[in-house]
Amino acid sequence: MKQNALLEVKNLHVSAEDETEILHGVNLTLGHDETHVLMGPNGTGKSTLGYAITGNPNYTVTEGQILFDGEDITGLPVNERAKKGIFLSFQNPLEVPGVTLSAFIRTSLEQKTGSRLRLWDFKKKLAETMKLLNMDEAYAERDLNVGFSGGEKKKAEILQMLMLEPKLAILDETDSGLDVDAVRTVSNGVRLFKERCHGSLLIITHSTRILEALQVDETHVMENGVIVREGDASLVEEINEHGFGKLSEDR
Amino acid sequence: MMREKSLVEDIDRSIYDIRDEEKDAYRMEAGLTPEIIEKLSKEKGDPVWMQQFRLQALQIYNEMEIPNWGPSIEGLDMDHIATYVRPNTKMQNDWKNVPQDIKDTFDRLGIPQAERKSLAGVGAQYDSELVYHNVREEVAAEGVVYTDMESAMKGEYADMVRKYFMKLVTPRDHKFAALHGAVWSGGSFVYVPKGVHLSIPLQSYFRLNAKGAGQFEHTLIIVDEGASLHFIEGCSAPKYNVANLHAGCVELYVKKNAKLRYSTIENWSKNMYNLNTKRALVEENGVIEWVSGSFGSHVGCLYPMSVLKGDNSRTEFTGVTFAGKGQNLDTGAKVVHVGKNTSSYMNTRSISKSGGISTFRSSVVVEKSAQGAKSSVSCQSLMLDSESRSDTIPAMDIRTRNASVGHEAKIGSISNEAIFYLMSRGMSEEDARALIVSGFADNVSKELPVEYAVEMNNLIRLEMKGSIG
Repeated sequence: MKQNALLEVKNLHVSAEDETEILHGVNLTLGHDETHVLMGPNGTGKSTLGYAITGNPNYTVTEGQILFDGEDITGLPVNERAKKGIFLSFQNPLEVPGVTLSAFIRTSLEQKTGSRLRLWDFKKKLAETMKLLNMDEAYAERDLNVGFSGGEKKKAEILQMLMLEPKLAILDETDSGLDVDAVRTVSNGVRLFKERCHGSLLIITHSTRILEALQVDETHVMENGVIVREGDASLVEEINEHGFGKLSEDR
Repeated sequence: MMREKSLVEDIDRSIYDIRDEEKDAYRMEAGLTPEIIEKLSKEKGDPVWMQQFRLQALQIYNEMEIPNWGPSIEGLDMDHIATYVRPNTKMQNDWKNVPQDIKDTFDRLGIPQAERKSLAGVGAQYDSELVYHNVREEVAAEGVVYTDMESAMKGEYADMVRKYFMKLVTPRDHKFAALHGAVWSGGSFVYVPKGVHLSIPLQSYFRLNAKGAGQFEHTLIIVDEGASLHFIEGCSAPKYNVANLHAGCVELYVKKNAKLRYSTIENWSKNMYNLNTKRALVEENGVIEWVSGSFGSHVGCLYPMSVLKGDNSRTEFTGVTFAGKGQNLDTGAKVVHVGKNTSSYMNTRSISKSGGISTFRSSVVVEKSAQGAKSSVSCQSLMLDSESRSDTIPAMDIRTRNASVGHEAKIGSISNEAIFYLMSRGMSEEDARALIVSGFADNVSKELPVEYAVEMNNLIRLEMKGSIG
């Protein structure tokens, strides 16, 4: 057991709304300022783990615990967890008509800090950050994700992460479906997050492209709702070369 | 800013529900007879034609049946509604001279502040008569007339009033139009001369104070050729246990090449029967734009109508209706295409919550003469729970092949995924829902001046309070 872990997932069993158990006792520990990668074939429960840590009410923890900064957050509602510093970059961010990206981020920040922000300071920081992500500033005043391309939606998620500065960011396939340039931009954004906020990352991914600019501390491989293997950054390369099949054979 | 208090069920109306002690100089007996109408007419100093008009309207009122469609108005007992209550003051044009209790009411509602900020003129109606009326000098200098109906009827514009008064909405229209014709009192008269463009809006604010009193204000606006105007009407009433009735009438005349935008945020208290009639007659190349937010009232029937008489005339109707607990809001819009190449566009949103009923009626009539007419109607409804109700009732009567008419309706609810998404950034469920609902109503809030958009969003937030669980 690590000292002062940021996130500890202990023997986590999670069921979906139809009561099917998806996670069958997951253990995972993540320290401060660490970058972890979660890999595994489709449909093994990686996103479910992300949702369970974030607090999606559609997923029920039937057994086990989630500790964040030493505090049991298993029963906390999603917004309380967000305020403590947990952030999920959605695989398919939702479109919310009538709510601008800028207003959304500002409201979220105000919720988190519990105080009103000076509009000028906020706008300035938002504009700077958007520039770093090669985002057209006009997107700030557009309705949240409405009419955004896949790449723009993912960039908007990274923008939220950089503005909200969480302690833990879970990136759920943030790189999937993006072209090379967009992956590079997103990857730069993630690197910036590490440099600026020294937050921890749990990156759910299929590819290594997003990881190129990052120092990976640990890799977890999930299959059928359990972690089947853990290792350092080299495990990512091994999987890339040999696929998950080899791992399964090893077992 | 609006004060906030937490209430479990109903919205916090504390800012509106402050009832002032009744200090009326004069209060009519309840019920309606020719004697009462004569007395009222005398009291108001009507010209002879108006007194006759009132008596004729009363006769029509007594002959006509209550409309046999729409929400029930059984809770309304006309025999016990004092129809005319005159506030304890004469018309004032200086805020200093308005009595303190009335002033307090308007201060709470922020009216003079709004005027000081950006509005060209304010007419504030307290019960049945305008108590405060002022038009900025620069507006008056351009020849714009903005006055109360009583003064207009007797002064320089008497002929104009006589020419247009209740010609567009006649007492034969329906029972409540007849009632209005008989007992109307107060309201605004606006005349914008040819070619004058008012860049800042004129606004009026209606407020009902005495319990069991009706409010029958008449608004008559004439925008002459090539002129333009934005008129804003806001309504509010404190809450009483006796049913209150509002049967106002709005007549808008938009001349050739003229443009009028008529915005309303209606927030009557929830015992109000709001049976209001609004209509616009649009000449060649003229434009009427309605922006309408309906939040208050126990029962509301409101269907602003545009008659597109002139060729190439246009109408746009943008509306939002929010029906909460105990509310049955029947709203919509009607358009009659008469001229060639006329076009109409309706874009409405309705929200229902806690058992509220929200009905949207649209009626599009395209006359044979209206060659090349275009009409598009879009209605979206949002139901916030399973006990609420939302209906869309479209009607179309198209008498030419050479017309393009479209209708679209969508009914939905807030997805849990969207709530989760917003909450995952730290927002409470209540805030997330309020944000989504405000966003849903942004067709209207985008069209309003900023202080009204803020007021509307505050209303939505208050409506959404205590909506969880």
